[in-house]
Amino acid sequence: MPKEAIVRTIGLKKTYMLGKIPLPVLKGIDLEILKGEYISIMGPSGSGKTTLFNMIGGLDKPTEGKVYIDEVDVAQLDAYELAWLRCRKIGYIFQTFNLIPVMTALENIMLPMIFAGLSTDEAMEKARQLLVTVGLGERIHHKPFELSGGQQQRVAIARALANDPAIILADEPTGNLDLRTGKEIIQLLKQMNREKKVSVITATHDLKMLDVSDRVVWVRDGLIERVEDRANLDIKIGEVEGEEAG
Amino acid sequence: MTKKKIEKQLSLPFRNAFQMSLRSLKIRFGRSIIVTMSILLGIAFLMSVFSSNAFTNALIEKGPEALRATMQQNSQELRTRSIWLVSLSLLVCVVGIVNAMLMSVTERSREIGTMKCLGALDRFVMELFLLESLAHGLLGSIAGAIIGIFAITIVFLLQHGRLAISVFPAGALLKYSLVSIILGTTLAVIGALYPAYVSARMEPAEAMRREV
Repeated sequence: MPKEAIVRTIGLKKTYMLGKIPLPVLKGIDLEILKGEYISIMGPSGSGKTTLFNMIGGLDKPTEGKVYIDEVDVAQLDAYELAWLRCRKIGYIFQTFNLIPVMTALENIMLPMIFAGLSTDEAMEKARQLLVTVGLGERIHHKPFELSGGQQQRVAIARALANDPAIILADEPTGNLDLRTGKEIIQLLKQMNREKKVSVITATHDLKMLDVSDRVVWVRDGLIERVEDRANLDIKIGEVEGEEAG
Repeated sequence: MTKKKIEKQLSLPFRNAFQMSLRSLKIRFGRSIIVTMSILLGIAFLMSVFSSNAFTNALIEKGPEALRATMQQNSQELRTRSIWLVSLSLLVCVVGIVNAMLMSVTERSREIGTMKCLGALDRFVMELFLLESLAHGLLGSIAGAIIGIFAITIVFLLQHGRLAISVFPAGALLKYSLVSIILGTTLAVIGALYPAYVSARMEPAEAMRREV
């Protein structure tokens, strides 16, 4: 039985206006991401991967083309449904962590659950469990600025998982982290992908991500250059790691 | 493509919103103090002009004959000057408060974008900033009004001694205080809600990108 698509884009285009000059960033992306898949969108900076990420996550509107999340056309949703989608269906992880600075780790994780209508007690209980899951059981009452980058990203992952989303979208999740911490975060994402059956979509240029990806989508100049699946990747990983070491 | 029915349920209970706003004020204490101070200064200035007028009027009405004569002589001149002063202090107050609130909220655009990523409706964002700016506005205005009255009372005490107390225009001062507090709070709320609204209406990606 073929697997169901969780995200589908058709002829996705995005053009930014720089003053009066149009700057096409995405030039027609057709992509299908399956349920439970771990997919990496790779490409150099400026290739449009963050823009693609924003479109897939319903965080920005495409200039042309369609995005379907769980077979729902995002463009057809009103503000309330869009907020609901962001709250329940998608968990976001950012390069800069984007935790709410005035809230503790625990409260940051509770926030999306409170929006989703859980009581404070339920939310707190679940947030505690999630913090244990991501390996931060002890630092629950710390504010983001009291946590290291890796710890903040763990909180962000726990927050992304708060409402049991179908998709986790991670934009350069390892971009602000050192090599070792980055590896840990990637392992954690993969673990969540396996255990919770959540689709993970990362936009990254971190080659460490190749190891855990089911498929890699290479983006260049706003177009998909090629898509490689697991079998192909295995052969190439040696090469790529060599590149990284050099 | 059939649109799947989405079970609608998103909420931000008032208790949580209140707690969040309160905590935000507490943690950004330094910033809060600066914002509150600028409201306080604006209102204190406005209130001191109001109080000064109230005292002068009270002295004209109830003061001794000799004082009344000199005061009445100057009263025409005084009135023109006080209109100027009130307009000026109003201007200072409006610009100061609105500017302080605009700055403090605009710099939190990324936070607003993040909240929207977590499923916040525009309404939630507005509610949070409404509560915060209400607290700023009320606190700053009340303190400002008290300081304004206090300062002018001392000035008149030094000038006229006991007489100032015997004609103390409590009613007028109360009325002016109310006006100032309502004005200060309203300005604070407008100054905060406008930028919050702008950020909340943006696509989250845009709000998070927004540089200030």
